[in-house]
Amino acid sequence: MRRVRPGDAVPESAPILEVQDLVKQYPSVTAVDGVSFAVPEGACFGLLGPNGAGKTTTIEIMEGILPPTAGEVRYRGEPVGARFHEEAGILFQKTALQDFLTVRQSVALFRGLYRHGLDVEEVLELCSLEKLAGRDNRKLSGGQQQRLLLAIALINDPKVLFLDEPTTGLDPQARRNFWDLVESIKARRKTIILTTHYMEEAQLLCDEIVIMDHGRIIAQGPPQQLLREHFSEVLLELPRHEFPEVARHLPLKVIEASDRVEISTHDLEGTLRALLEARVPLRNLRIRPPNLEDLFLELTGKELRA
Amino acid sequence: MIRRLIAVWHARNLEFLRDRPTLIFTLLLPLGVVIGMGLIFGGPPRSLFKVGVLGTGPAAAVNPFLHERYVKSVPVHDEAAGLQEVKHQQIDLLLDLDGGVRYWVNTDSPKGYIVEKLLIAEDRDARRQPVTGQAIPYVDWLFPGILAMNMMFSCLFGVGYVVLRYRKSGFLKRLHATPLTAFEFLSAQVLSRLSLIVFVTVLLYVVIGAIIHFHSAGSIALLFLLAVIGSLSMIAFGLTIAARFASEEVVVGLLNLLTWPMMLLSGVWFSIEDSPRWVQWVADILPLTQVIDAARAVMLDGAGIQRIIPNLVYLAVTTLVFLAFGAWSFRWRID
Repeated sequence: MRRVRPGDAVPESAPILEVQDLVKQYPSVTAVDGVSFAVPEGACFGLLGPNGAGKTTTIEIMEGILPPTAGEVRYRGEPVGARFHEEAGILFQKTALQDFLTVRQSVALFRGLYRHGLDVEEVLELCSLEKLAGRDNRKLSGGQQQRLLLAIALINDPKVLFLDEPTTGLDPQARRNFWDLVESIKARRKTIILTTHYMEEAQLLCDEIVIMDHGRIIAQGPPQQLLREHFSEVLLELPRHEFPEVARHLPLKVIEASDRVEISTHDLEGTLRALLEARVPLRNLRIRPPNLEDLFLELTGKELRA
Repeated sequence: MIRRLIAVWHARNLEFLRDRPTLIFTLLLPLGVVIGMGLIFGGPPRSLFKVGVLGTGPAAAVNPFLHERYVKSVPVHDEAAGLQEVKHQQIDLLLDLDGGVRYWVNTDSPKGYIVEKLLIAEDRDARRQPVTGQAIPYVDWLFPGILAMNMMFSCLFGVGYVVLRYRKSGFLKRLHATPLTAFEFLSAQVLSRLSLIVFVTVLLYVVIGAIIHFHSAGSIALLFLLAVIGSLSMIAFGLTIAARFASEEVVVGLLNLLTWPMMLLSGVWFSIEDSPRWVQWVADILPLTQVIDAARAVMLDGAGIQRIIPNLVYLAVTTLVFLAFGAWSFRWRID
């Protein structure tokens, strides 16, 4: 089976999920304000945005957990109903499980709620939980807990998997392990809908993204395509204390961050030459392509994790 | 549907059995109460004598015996009920003042013996009437009430609090994302609690019964049926409270609001026949009153199914009403 690499164009197929003019209003705030998109089958689809952008509200309406104020969600062309609940796997941002159950029993409980699904032992193995199967589910580390919740989300062998900020709060090692797991699930051609505010995560895993802010979509498409559309430059990063005052007068596009300066340019050679002539030390220079973080900054004028 | 229901039922049972402090508390509390009450009420008689008076004629108002210190009169509406109370030692003597003074006294009761002496001292013409059947110690009279009260606490708090905890932790929200329906979830909770409560009640019946040498006068199978239907009604009652609210304060407050009147009015500790009519009316609509009334009839008087059919029907109907209301008002998540 061919693995779909992030950034590749997703093969044309009928969307598995369609979101049409979704609105969710609370008494004091409009959390989602007219959002529409379609999720192609087999894709990893990312919903990106800062905290409070409306990602979780959107995903929970898609999951059938929250009723929308207006608009609709269609699963395989039909309103979300019994079939969707049988075929969807869900990992919420925060989930508590029933107390006093072991890892295996927690998974078995959810297996009992679905007509079809995978064998409990198979899912435990898939999520590297075999050695923890007999442990009380309250005595797991953050990363182990997320793997258990992922196992529960996978127990019905879902066609579509929702992951709402699955790696928030995990240490870098646990996050990387979780990404490997998601990669292996992608390889099984599951449709994945992922919300995150980690751009690295989205860039690594997602075939297509929607960037949200204030309840609206501000950009949509495959990550590489979006970056190509918005940036034709490369970025040079230098530590701020190594960037002398004299260099600030050079005709360069300089963005100053707290600990570094970023120079955005079309002409890499010319810029390097100018920096050398101004005797700017280049031993800590980093040249990198723009990423989704830069895209978000470009689109909204603010940092994503602010 | 059955498969999903069994999955949730099984998981809930495991959770309960592994929650040791709660399990031990459920078993030991009623045992301690019965032993304590037996010690208190089985000891020397209290100084107050309770005399049931038949009829409401003017004779009662002027009768000097009823105005003696330490004698309290309570109106009794019919002779059969009054005799039952004499047998159960709920009253120490039953007096009929219409057309010559007649009285009934339990010859096994020390208080009955003393109060009879007092009466004869006041009125030498008082005629004693025979009381047939075995007298029943207070601890035996208390036993059905204690079992039923334990059932009530376990039903109301066991289910109400658990559902609230599930809602607050977000576990209900997670279940909502599966094909499980509210009715299936609630039914599984009811059945899980029911099986545990019936098991605990049977265990308590056997253990406490052995300690106080209690033997039911009526059918054990009928008692079992009563325990099942009574528990169902009270569990469903608890669910109506837990179905909607997400605040611990509100749910605990409401559960207390229900359990305390039930404990006081349902006749667990003492008969409320001398209370105002409206109190008795409130008591009668409480499921616990119906359970205790039927349990005493079967356990103490050997009543058959005909006698307790109204209680069973009442409990079955309230179960359905409470469950329907619970499923209708159920919320999976905190808004």
